[in-house]
Amino acid sequence: MIGATLVGIATSAIRLATPYLYAAIGEALGQLSGVLNLGVDGIMLMGAFSGFYVTLLTGHPTLGLLAAVGTGGLMGLLMAFVSVTLQAEQGISGIGLYLFGLGLSTLLFGMTVGTVKAVAGFPPTPIPGLSQIPILGEILFSHNPLVYGAFALVPLAWFVLNKTPFGLKLRAAGQNPLAADSLGVNVIRVRYVAVIIGGILSGIAGASLSIALLNVFQQNMTNGMGFIAVALVYFGGWRPLGVLAGAMLFSTVNAIQVWLQVQGVDIPSDFALMMPYVITILVLASMARRRIHVPAALNKPFERGGE
Amino acid sequence: MAFAVGALMLLALGVNPWGALKALLQGAFGDLNAIADTIVKAIPLLFVGLGICISFRGGVLNIGGEGQLVVGALAATAVALAGTGLPGWMLVTVSLLAGALAGAAWGGIAGFLKAYLNVNEILSTIMLNYIAVYGMNYLLRGPMMDPIQVKLGFFIPQTARLPRAADLPRLVPTRLHLGALLAVAVAVLVYIFLWRTTVGFRIRTVGMSRRAALAAGIEVKRYMVLGLLLAGLLAGLGGAVEVLGVHHRMFTDGTAFGFTGGAGFNGIVAALFGRLHPLGTIPSSFLFGALLTGANKMQRVMQVPAALIVALNGLIVLFVVGSEVIRRRRLRRLEKLSAEGKG
Repeated sequence: MIGATLVGIATSAIRLATPYLYAAIGEALGQLSGVLNLGVDGIMLMGAFSGFYVTLLTGHPTLGLLAAVGTGGLMGLLMAFVSVTLQAEQGISGIGLYLFGLGLSTLLFGMTVGTVKAVAGFPPTPIPGLSQIPILGEILFSHNPLVYGAFALVPLAWFVLNKTPFGLKLRAAGQNPLAADSLGVNVIRVRYVAVIIGGILSGIAGASLSIALLNVFQQNMTNGMGFIAVALVYFGGWRPLGVLAGAMLFSTVNAIQVWLQVQGVDIPSDFALMMPYVITILVLASMARRRIHVPAALNKPFERGGE
Repeated sequence: MAFAVGALMLLALGVNPWGALKALLQGAFGDLNAIADTIVKAIPLLFVGLGICISFRGGVLNIGGEGQLVVGALAATAVALAGTGLPGWMLVTVSLLAGALAGAAWGGIAGFLKAYLNVNEILSTIMLNYIAVYGMNYLLRGPMMDPIQVKLGFFIPQTARLPRAADLPRLVPTRLHLGALLAVAVAVLVYIFLWRTTVGFRIRTVGMSRRAALAAGIEVKRYMVLGLLLAGLLAGLGGAVEVLGVHHRMFTDGTAFGFTGGAGFNGIVAALFGRLHPLGTIPSSFLFGALLTGANKMQRVMQVPAALIVALNGLIVLFVVGSEVIRRRRLRRLEKLSAEGKG
């Protein structure tokens, strides 16, 4: 009984980590290149809507995913234009992007679908063989493709950041853009690419909610998940593995909270729902004394020959 | 420019933008009631926006308006309900004070976290928004629920109606209430505070350059806390005014938006549009109030969801902060040119 419960919670924790992982790894790429994108939540909502809508029209979640990739990329491009080319204050422009995504996704949903509808999202695809392993098989290998993708992203991001020339350029652009520029790195282009990839991943994060985990779209369905993802990047110390640890912390809290609600445990559900946000603040506050390696040029616009 | 994009968006959705604009203008200015509603909608924007003027000029970004409005409204409601029987002026004063203090505490938490634990205030204020909302939902579905709702078994999540003595007086026979004058008076006070007092000067100095402020012996951390605390205070006051002036009870649809109508975010847009100047924020709050009131009409007449305005506001923020930088860069280039000319 207890064993089954624990397996259930662990399984849903793995599932629920998916949107956090896509969004936070995407955000980490942007931040490592020097751009703080606070519009993640808005991009997620646009990704969630476009993925949902295209899936609803075509019946193919793969096409929906592609739509979310496209929308996420476009939103990333907009953020890159404002923060890199126009050199706008990144904090406020991110909030602008958030409001834009929140409003546009609500508007489009209202004008096209209007009512709550479910779609046939990505079905669970247990991995043959591995899913037969007792206990671990169910926890790790009984999910839908987007869940596997999120976990595959962690080593992939680590490899790209640490073992490829592009990763080196990206970190240089965020650490010391002037030096990077003098060594022939096109800082502007690197930042554009990083923010657009971040946007694409945030779009996928949104789609993972609407066409893989919940299979519905509702206005503001992310409920601030995108902002928590930004906090996870700090928590993870800008390292993919750290982000993974943070994502698992949050998804486990979420899973326990869902389980408690299903069990009808007598704590007011509002307090349970409050937990992720309280924990986010506690986590951020606990970082104060830890020495972390902030990208030196984070939040600083770059201008050739400037300063 | 953002409006042009809005028109394009409508065209893409197959809606006649002229018809939408007409409905919007009619909804905002069509008759006396419409104008009064526009002003009523502008009041919370102005309160939040004034707080934004202080905090942004102090170099701290308060995105917590939604939560501060909510806790301010809750505190004012609780005090007004508890103070049944008190004379009106006293009840109103005490309730407004309670709202302001609750908002100040909510903003102050973020200020403390920022100054002493280095927690990004954008993230913390957003988290505090959600915490406020779930706290509100808990209170309104539980301890603060209208006893009549409980007795009748409807369980609509709202409080009892506040005592009539706590209602803000109406100015003209419309929904326009005293809060409008209060908001404008506070705007003037904020202007005087920021530009005519030492504390205001220090806040602005910290905002312009933390290093310079430190060098000048200003206790930077204290003024960062103060910036967020005052922003919360004004938003909390705004929430209290909203309850006493418009709704006369607290209610929830489960989200912050249900009560605030997004004023916590729209106030930021209004303040940015008013160039972060308290007096500039007055007309720009009016403008965005008109936009919101008009959007409701547009939704009824043209079936265009009012969320269009949220999207437009997002674009406006992007344009305003984007163009600000271009303006500054052009200025710098001009200065350089004239300096070279002289040399």
